Amino acid sequence: MTPAERARAEGRLHRNVFLLMVAVLVAAPFVGIYPVFMMKVMCFALFACAFNLLLGFGGLLSFGHAMFLGMAGYVSAHAAKVWGLTPELAILVATLCAAALGWVAGLLAIRRQGIYFAMITLALAQMVFFFSLQAPFTGGEDGIQAVPRGKLFGLIDLSQPMAMYAVVLVVFLGGFLLIYRIVHSPFGQVLKAIRENEPRTVSLGYDADKFKHRAFVLSAALAGMAGATKAIVFQLASLTDVHWSMSGEVVLMTLVGGMGTIFGPVVGAAVIVTMQNYLAELGAWVTVVQGVIFVLCVLLFRRGIVGEIGNLLKKSL
Amino acid sequence: MFDIPIQALMGQLLIGLINGSFYALLSLGLAVIFGLLNIINFAHGAQYMLGAFGAYLLLNKLGLSYWWSLLIVPIVVGATGVVIERTMLARLYKLDHLYGLLLTFGLALIIQGIFRNEYGSTGLPYSIPPQLSGGKNLGFMFLPNYRAWVIVASAVVCLGTWFVIERTKLGGYLRAATENPQLVQAFGINVPRMITLTYGFGVALAALAGVMAAPIYQVSPQMGSDLIIVVFAVVVIGGMGSILGAIVTGFGLGLIEGLTKVFYPEASTTVIFVIMAIVLLIRPAGLFGTQK
Repeated sequence: MTPAERARAEGRLHRNVFLLMVAVLVAAPFVGIYPVFMMKVMCFALFACAFNLLLGFGGLLSFGHAMFLGMAGYVSAHAAKVWGLTPELAILVATLCAAALGWVAGLLAIRRQGIYFAMITLALAQMVFFFSLQAPFTGGEDGIQAVPRGKLFGLIDLSQPMAMYAVVLVVFLGGFLLIYRIVHSPFGQVLKAIRENEPRTVSLGYDADKFKHRAFVLSAALAGMAGATKAIVFQLASLTDVHWSMSGEVVLMTLVGGMGTIFGPVVGAAVIVTMQNYLAELGAWVTVVQGVIFVLCVLLFRRGIVGEIGNLLKKSL
Repeated sequence: MFDIPIQALMGQLLIGLINGSFYALLSLGLAVIFGLLNIINFAHGAQYMLGAFGAYLLLNKLGLSYWWSLLIVPIVVGATGVVIERTMLARLYKLDHLYGLLLTFGLALIIQGIFRNEYGSTGLPYSIPPQLSGGKNLGFMFLPNYRAWVIVASAVVCLGTWFVIERTKLGGYLRAATENPQLVQAFGINVPRMITLTYGFGVALAALAGVMAAPIYQVSPQMGSDLIIVVFAVVVIGGMGSILGAIVTGFGLGLIEGLTKVFYPEASTTVIFVIMAIVLLIRPAGLFGTQK
């Protein structure tokens, strides 16, 4: 097979898996799976995919992605509740805010590499956490509650569960396809080149910092879109979504699913959200279980679920 | 600006200096571990918490005093660090350094989760040892003896560590192994054992800080997690190139935080992160770091 043929075969495989995923997501509420649960999975799946764009394809481990999820959640909840914006506008405004926050945070974080990058993003996210705790519009410990789901384009009432479900599905699939497009674009190729060997990429004439910064902004915006949608679905924006443990959770989802894979973060998000659902009555033991999964993944299972399957099939998924 | 009473100012500066002592001790441990292992020990906050709980348990279950804790707890917690290094971290040295961060993050979640199940989230009190209760009136402020002890003890431990690493033969081996482990090994020095003991020592420092913190802050499972993020910012500001840099930055930022509490309390939780942002813009390698 020539490289071009291989790329085409890979594209076909990805399309088929994608169609399978769409079928599962469309069918889920009709076979009795609780729609709110599926919407939660999709929001976190988009969040993890956005995170994976940075870690899996750019090699940048951000330990502060909760700041984009949480901040966008606050903005979209505020826009929908206080400004009375329609949900699509609230999500749009919040996504733009997350992108702006990502622009600033990225500018600072890309000045260092490796674990410094992780520490800086974590510290910046903690700053956003304290800001959210004190700023008047976030409601402090209470968060923003009873956010109206509103009417899409002023027409479709989203308090209907299936209408809301369709919106979340469209947002998730849109974000997913955008990320797929970014990864397979020339921009994505340069990003991967930087991950593999930054000095060589620079010597080829690419401005590595500019590429990393753009990837960071894109990742932040998409994470924000997930957070904004989540706030509308659950009618709540709270401190949980800006807390550092949320940044850890998205790392875990990506790690479990398989970092650097296309479908891994989706599977990882589904696994972790399901686990939290079933283990909810165990209280703080959920943290312990998550910690154990972290340790096991790092020691024994570094490719993640989708990565292992891909390795068995000798295909990149 | 000048209408702030001197007692309030001195009081906050003292609290700042106390916080700074813990920043210094913890960032020192992180820097020592990072120097040789090239990983950021995310479990550092949890190990600091283990130190405080160790002191609490020794006092309440075995009736051992603060002074025994100061000796026993760092050794025991350091020993768990040795086990962690041997059984887990040692498998990751050939991989990307990020895996070390992820592993220690997972360990931190496990340790904190277990203690939260056992002791809940409310803080447990630990009384100041009788030898150090009371305080002195310095005229312009009241200085509790225990706080003076913490500042002096942590300064001594920090400077002692600095002395061992920068001025002794053992420290020389350590610094050489940081630069080029293969070459040092070729000279017949057991580098893997040195790495193990270094991790154990860094963890023991965190536990020691935890024991010293127990009478000041309440002993609680999450006492380390928020602190460690601030310490990460301290490390970024100081740069991990120099031991002395970590110590100076730790104390300095504690003082700045204390001053912020006096003049602009709303910003006291974020001031260190803002300083980190400014330092990153002006001197990305950190105040004492060298960009590689």
